[in-house]
Amino acid sequence: MGVTNRYDAIIVGAGHNGLVNACYLARAGLKVLVLERNPFVGGAAVSRSLYDGFTYSNCSYVCSLLRTEIIRALALPQHGLQIIPYEGGCTMMRDGGHLAVYDNHDALRREIARHSPHDAEAYERYVRDMLRHCRFIKPLLLREPPDPTSFRPRDIHELMFLGKHFHNLGEARMYDTLRFWTMSCADMLEEYFESEIVKAHMAGSSIIGTALGPRSAGTAYVLLHHYMGSIDGAVGAWGFARGGMGAITQALASSFKASGGEVRVSAPVEQIRVRGGRATGVVLDDGEEISAPVVVSNMDVKRTFLKTVAAEHLPAEFIDQVRKFKIRGSSGKLNIALDGLPSFPAIPQGSPAMRGDLHITDTIEMLERGYDDWKEGRWSRAPYVDMLIPTQIDPTMTPDGKHYMSVFVQYCPYQLADGDWTDAKRQAFGKTVIDAIGAHSPDFKDLILHAEIRTPKDIENEVGLTEGNIFQGELTFDQLLFNRPVPGYAQYRAPVRGMYMCGSSTHPGGGVMGAPGANSAAAILRDLGRKV
Amino acid sequence: MSTPTEPHYRQPLLKTPFHERARALSQIDRFIPWAGYTTVDVFTSAEQEYFSVRNASSLFDLTPMVKYRVAGADALRFLNRLMTRDLAKLKPGKVAYVVWCDDAGMIIDDGTVFCTGPNEYRICTAERQMDWFTASAIGFDVRISEVTEEVAALAVQGPTSYSLLRAVGLAGLERLKPFEHGQFSMPGASAPITMMVSRTGFTGDLGYELWMEPADAGVVWDTLMRHGGTRGVRPIGSQALNMVRIEAGFVLPNLDFVSAAHTLRIGTERSPIELGLGWLVDFKKGHFTGRRALLAEQTRGPRRQLVGLDIEGTKPAHNSLLYTQRSGRTEAGSITSATWSPTCKRNLALAMVDAPYIATGSVLWVEIYLNRELVWERRMVRARVVERPFFAPARRRATPPAEF
Repeated sequence: MGVTNRYDAIIVGAGHNGLVNACYLARAGLKVLVLERNPFVGGAAVSRSLYDGFTYSNCSYVCSLLRTEIIRALALPQHGLQIIPYEGGCTMMRDGGHLAVYDNHDALRREIARHSPHDAEAYERYVRDMLRHCRFIKPLLLREPPDPTSFRPRDIHELMFLGKHFHNLGEARMYDTLRFWTMSCADMLEEYFESEIVKAHMAGSSIIGTALGPRSAGTAYVLLHHYMGSIDGAVGAWGFARGGMGAITQALASSFKASGGEVRVSAPVEQIRVRGGRATGVVLDDGEEISAPVVVSNMDVKRTFLKTVAAEHLPAEFIDQVRKFKIRGSSGKLNIALDGLPSFPAIPQGSPAMRGDLHITDTIEMLERGYDDWKEGRWSRAPYVDMLIPTQIDPTMTPDGKHYMSVFVQYCPYQLADGDWTDAKRQAFGKTVIDAIGAHSPDFKDLILHAEIRTPKDIENEVGLTEGNIFQGELTFDQLLFNRPVPGYAQYRAPVRGMYMCGSSTHPGGGVMGAPGANSAAAILRDLGRKV
Repeated sequence: MSTPTEPHYRQPLLKTPFHERARALSQIDRFIPWAGYTTVDVFTSAEQEYFSVRNASSLFDLTPMVKYRVAGADALRFLNRLMTRDLAKLKPGKVAYVVWCDDAGMIIDDGTVFCTGPNEYRICTAERQMDWFTASAIGFDVRISEVTEEVAALAVQGPTSYSLLRAVGLAGLERLKPFEHGQFSMPGASAPITMMVSRTGFTGDLGYELWMEPADAGVVWDTLMRHGGTRGVRPIGSQALNMVRIEAGFVLPNLDFVSAAHTLRIGTERSPIELGLGWLVDFKKGHFTGRRALLAEQTRGPRRQLVGLDIEGTKPAHNSLLYTQRSGRTEAGSITSATWSPTCKRNLALAMVDAPYIATGSVLWVEIYLNRELVWERRMVRARVVERPFFAPARRRATPPAEF
């Protein structure tokens, strides 16, 4: 096939960051084409119906980090996006007890005090410190990370901003910040809490999407990454996108089209074409070539540079660094259609904890043991689950009286010790998770109408995320800021002129933030001499 | 008190032992959360409640004040390292107003310490402190326990408070001096009720605080209400208390300062010197937490200070910014608490003011927004830095107190 339409920019991948990027470019007046290999847009922020009458948030399942600046700038509410905060959370204990988290400050204090009066007060200090860390990191999210080795005025300016921002913390908090960014979550929580269940509940978000255990260095930051979002000003709050996470990418696609953008689905990009050190367009799997002077990859950095750009166009060290970038598969996902609301006897009747994130890992030890299984190449025998039933709040996803349960599962390896994933192994993995939940809910198994079981391999195959890693690369300090994804290439620009990255492999990382897409668009527009 | 209570996730706020009495007398259903309890903001009218403090007697339920018992061989050494005052001077039967700071000399909280025996103390404070106290207790032989729910507390304040308490039978009260406490009894339903009474309060007036068993709370309340007679005793809510405490020049956490244990931003913490509480800091007693920083601040002089303002006009200057000139070009600080004082007939405020303008007599300009039937007007009015307290009647200190 010959050369077809000419565009100003092509975005490879219609995930949320690709669409955010496309929206900003289209709004700046560029003629933009988004290419998506799946027959639907959304990447890992999708709502799909796999069982009649039920909608699943197939991959990502809750929202907090999506930047308010982006929601406003792209008018996403006018395109149908609504985010509703949920009401609490709970970890059920093996002995039938529970620790709930409540929105109300006094209810939460009394709840924690049931387990430890000391921890109820230490929680205040914990929240203060987390909020202080959030205040430090937030202004850095929607900025291009500076290159500390560069003398370009912009880099010097940005480095000065970073330096001043850091200096403004004052002596004590500068020390705290450095400790925090490199600490293990278990050590960090130890500095606040004495109760095992309190620590276990808090520790969950430190290992999500990360091939590390709660005792691994660097996991304290991962916990903060889950804390720095907000809903309507409530820092740390998480919520549901009404209609599932696909509502986010549907609103983005709609906003993009309203700005004159074009999306093509079922259009897998085989190769990003490079001539004379410049990106010139893409080649689809059917041989169709589409030209554009700007090509932006929403794919993760490995998929982009190890599979989609010919190595001859790229520096050897760069390729080597990309190969070393840690993007390991560590989590799976179950999406379950339920005939009714399952009962969890540990959770008191009428407690709003039920309408939040539910867990069944009651000690840090248990979490660490789950990680030991991963290291040995098998899924956790007692897995950590982040389990939610959004249909208690969202009326749009199931028929009345029925429920959808989203179960994020940690740990689950990409490569099993005993060979490749098979259907039977996938079913066995699913059974492990369902049994683990069933141990806390007598009627759960009988209510299951349908379950989608997704291993890291399945997520890679469908979404394209390398090893099914939900963050397009782990969120540890060695892979953040100017080291994300690769030192020297943290500013969204590929080593090939005209080519850019906009996925979560870039600063500030994953979690359905949209910030990489927005920052990348700003870099592109600056290079094109357009007003950002 | 054993009324069945809803679980905390349905009813997060606790009820004090006086709650049912208070609920029965509340005419306008204005309750507010305070340290985990539901408490009365206004019973009938803040104005009328205010006058019961300045004219007769008032009852204020201060059970939510967080209370700790501190005991052990090192209790005094622990407190003297924790707090800025020299508590070696605090003998059994005495009470001291205190503050404690972090290493940077910034206030964690203020409160009162009751010496209840050799190496035995009770601390009363606005916010929970166990986290800080526990960290501060490392290396000391001391036991700290929270006793908030074990002690019901009622403030009886106003010029007739002494007469009222005498009338209900508290013998020997005439000898109790300001900042002293002791055990007193009054007749109960069957047996006499014994309780700790301190001559302390947050009103700047004659007054007492009664610390009793929660089981006795109902009877004590009823007895006091019954003996108020025609001179009047009435329960008051937080709003009336806020008016009198501003007149008395007392500070409140989260209004006049934010605890250094809670601040998120740099520079929003406050030192005792900045709050005008430098007199609570004793550099001669040896080491205490925050000493070095406070000494440096005292040498350097504070960057800002809490001062009293007398503002033109009658509109309380809530949350207003202060300027050096009428033009409003240069900011000089901001108001932290404000009230019209019905007793002084002055428009009063506490304000955090930059160092150059803290001297008594300094003139500042206050930005006030006036609601003229929804037509808003911005006014710049003159304010003068004046001495605190704004109101300090001699009766508050008279021992024995005057009979009415």
